[in-house]
Amino acid sequence: MSRIRRATGRLCAFFSKRRLDNDLDAELSAHINLAIDENIERGMTPDQARRQAMLEFGGVQQAREHQREARGLMLLDIFLQDLKYTLRTLARDPGFTAVAVLILALGTGANIAVFSVVNTLMLRPLPFHDSNRLVWIAGNKGAGALSDTTFRVDAYEAIQRDNRSFQEITGYVPFFSSSEARMKGQGQPQQLTGVWVEGNFFQVLGIQPALGRLFTPDEIVKGGRPVVLLSHSFWQRQFASNPKIIGQAITLNDVAVTVVGVLPASFDFGSAFHPGMNAEIFTPAINDQFRRWGHMLSIIGVLKPGVTAADVQNEMNAEFTPLIATHPEWLTDFSLKVSSLKDHISGKLRRSLVVLWGAVGLILLIVSVNLSNLLLARAAARSKELAMRRALGAGRLRLIRQLLTESLVLSFAGTAFGLAFAYTITAFLAHQSSIALPLLSSVRVDASALQWTLLISVFSATAFGIVPAFSISSGNLRDLLQGSGRGATTGAKQDRLRSTLVISEVALACVLLIGAGLLLRSFLRVLEVDLGFEPSHAAAMQLNIDDGGSFARRAALLQEKLRRIQAIPGVEAAGISDKLPLDRNRSWELGAKGRSYPADANHDAYVYIVTPGYFQAMGMHLRAGRDFTWDDKPNTEHVIVINEAAASRDWPGEDPIGRLALGIGDGDSHIVGVVSDVHDSGVEDSPNPEVFVPITQGEPEGGQLVVRSSLPSAALASPVMRTLRELNPNQSAAEFRPIQTLVDHSTSPRRFFMLLVAAFATLGLILAALGIYGVISYSVTRQTQEIGIRMALGASASRVQLDVLAKTFRLAAIGLVLGVSASFLVARGISALLFGVAPNDVFSFFSAFLAVTCVALFAGYLPARRASRIDPVIALRGN
Amino acid sequence: MVTPRKLDLLQGTLDLMVLQTLTAMGSLHGYGIARRIEQVSGNELLLNQGTIYASLVRLEQRGWIKSEWGTSGNNRKAKFYSITKAGRRQLAADARHWERLTGVMDRVFGRSKDGDDEDAINPEENPA
Repeated sequence: MSRIRRATGRLCAFFSKRRLDNDLDAELSAHINLAIDENIERGMTPDQARRQAMLEFGGVQQAREHQREARGLMLLDIFLQDLKYTLRTLARDPGFTAVAVLILALGTGANIAVFSVVNTLMLRPLPFHDSNRLVWIAGNKGAGALSDTTFRVDAYEAIQRDNRSFQEITGYVPFFSSSEARMKGQGQPQQLTGVWVEGNFFQVLGIQPALGRLFTPDEIVKGGRPVVLLSHSFWQRQFASNPKIIGQAITLNDVAVTVVGVLPASFDFGSAFHPGMNAEIFTPAINDQFRRWGHMLSIIGVLKPGVTAADVQNEMNAEFTPLIATHPEWLTDFSLKVSSLKDHISGKLRRSLVVLWGAVGLILLIVSVNLSNLLLARAAARSKELAMRRALGAGRLRLIRQLLTESLVLSFAGTAFGLAFAYTITAFLAHQSSIALPLLSSVRVDASALQWTLLISVFSATAFGIVPAFSISSGNLRDLLQGSGRGATTGAKQDRLRSTLVISEVALACVLLIGAGLLLRSFLRVLEVDLGFEPSHAAAMQLNIDDGGSFARRAALLQEKLRRIQAIPGVEAAGISDKLPLDRNRSWELGAKGRSYPADANHDAYVYIVTPGYFQAMGMHLRAGRDFTWDDKPNTEHVIVINEAAASRDWPGEDPIGRLALGIGDGDSHIVGVVSDVHDSGVEDSPNPEVFVPITQGEPEGGQLVVRSSLPSAALASPVMRTLRELNPNQSAAEFRPIQTLVDHSTSPRRFFMLLVAAFATLGLILAALGIYGVISYSVTRQTQEIGIRMALGASASRVQLDVLAKTFRLAAIGLVLGVSASFLVARGISALLFGVAPNDVFSFFSAFLAVTCVALFAGYLPARRASRIDPVIALRGN
Repeated sequence: MVTPRKLDLLQGTLDLMVLQTLTAMGSLHGYGIARRIEQVSGNELLLNQGTIYASLVRLEQRGWIKSEWGTSGNNRKAKFYSITKAGRRQLAADARHWERLTGVMDRVFGRSKDGDDEDAINPEENPA
């Protein structure tokens, strides 16, 4: 009871401070006066009486403080007081405040932004319903081209039927050239990117349409009503967000298809499953239509509650592996690999993300150390003020509290700016569709990022505030008050402390720099990779092959198209392929005729259906034999060109020209040429066996016109499009895509990580330089007198300068030794991320070493020059 | 030993003294309370008169004493404190507690109620 009364009393007291203070003052003065009165009565003189009264009373200010403490919410009171005081001191030193806030903003901003990326890609559940129960099911143990890891319809249905662990499975067709659709009747004909999805795809992922409905059972069977779902962005762009489109028909591939719904804006198929792809329409996958087309489906499963991915893996192995013996052609389908969907989507990036997170954490450490240093320097200048406050009765804890309040205020201010900075970065990143990172479009600063922000903000405030706070509030009062604040002992102690801080800063920056160097070198190595084709000066455009399924007509049509395009001024070469390297792929089985292979041998070769001139247009190198010609006709001998990887796999040690191959279409194929290996699945992946089939003898999956020209592709677009429309008025509107963008897309994750780490390393180096400058500069100021004496005694300016530089170098050298040693460990940790560079790459280590040394010496040079210009007379007279 | 030091106040003891003083004297201002305690203690207490105000505000917030502004005998305006009913109850409880505690302390030091045996305080140190 009395406790509650007391608490309310305290709370009220906190808010009526002024009135209570006045009351107390009146009471205290009454007390003194009463005492004086009594003392006078006892016969003292008024002066004596007052003195005696004060003596008996004790400290008036202390009594006041004690009473306040007993009365109100002291901690909050003190905090507010500290806050007021802090704001005043910070405002008095705007230069320091600005630098500190800026450094903190950079450090925390980078941290928040990286956390948001890490959170989206790694920590946050996928943006699907019950996403932790979603698994990715891949064929061929998850290895190889898309054709290896996908499933036949029969296998899909077998898995669906014969399992105990899945609540449901669903799938989609990742061969998007099948699902592309030409839309007519809405302005110019357009090629739309589409996906064939199993009927239950959206239900399984828990996606509700923003408008309309999902597919109904009678729409997902052969002969059912043709329907389509639109992606939100496509609906906005193409139909101006008109809700009336639901129920209307649009013309896709010359068929009237009803729009049944619009998917929500939050669902981005490409960003989750195929980064860089922008799916515009979704149509039901009619399994019976492609049952005989081979491997077509990528499969996603929903585990029953309580079942793990490992359980399913065991079940699948037990269930399906024995079937391989009886169905050898189902080898890849029944070599199942089950992994969580999240692992499938972002598992490969986990290591990079952790490294990125670590790098940005180092930045925060460097920032904290730097701030610590700045605060120490500032506190040294304030030591007299602090000593004075202690002499006036402020407790040590109280001073520490005051100094920590300062760091908290700085930290929060820095974090506020950092947060704005992070918002900008994440908004920018979310729109970088050219970076092939999954889920990037959903990167944002969310609630957990804000929690993280608060955490790092308090962490950094404590980290950089605690050392100065303790170091300053200690020390001998009398020394501090008598000395100039640069007293010999405390000064030296602080110097040591600050040097330690700078050394650790240099070491951390060194680690970052070496890491960034290794990643940069790896990236450069990746760019140096001989891709097997020449990406510059070539561009590709999507082409409709309107041949009505006739090989003979196709040959005549395409030959004429290419002839006219090659006649356009500036065009050096032109050719057509159904697929481009690094873009999409499919594989067929290739084997040497007459050679026996072991049962489980991998026969796969990537297939490209091309026209004569394609090799030249892509800048590929013909190693032996010949290119196709228009004389390779549907009815002449079937010919193929293979790459070196295929040659060495299937015809090891032989000249494959003139040999017969099996597996490409029906019957034998004559090998007429060998081209250099083209990196088809990724710049960093080793090239796969490839086989090229003339377009007159194989069925293309879509068409890509490749034009090589020194003219910019934008200038060529309209004459090329005009030429194409002359021959085919239905040619969809399309744009030239420089082949380089394919390469850039493939290397973009590495570029992304490398650039970020490099930026952090640069920031770290700058901060370390600032730290060195601060310490050396301060020590020069502190030793002005000493230097003056030395110069008066005959030390030359260059000698003084050299001494200061030597001191700088000593700091840097210790930091470097520590940093380089730590880097050996760090480099080993990130070795999996390196490409063509050893973790102990001398060049990276040496250049980082050199960079740190140069920057350190430069940072030391400025104070050194100042030291050498000290005028002994002024220095000795001063102080 | 040098001159005997004045006694430091135990935490809470001052509150108890204030309550007792107000019970004995009725309404009294801060200075009066402080003087009274000094006199009763025979100047053995180390009491900064100022510290009494923290005690007063504590007691008042608990509702054990109340205060109002009034005029002193020599016409000075001062705040006068008096004990409340709750205060009396509290004092009674605290006094009982205090008596028990001193009783225990006496037994711990092995002294009779009017003990004066210096040696008994620490027999081990003075074996002779």
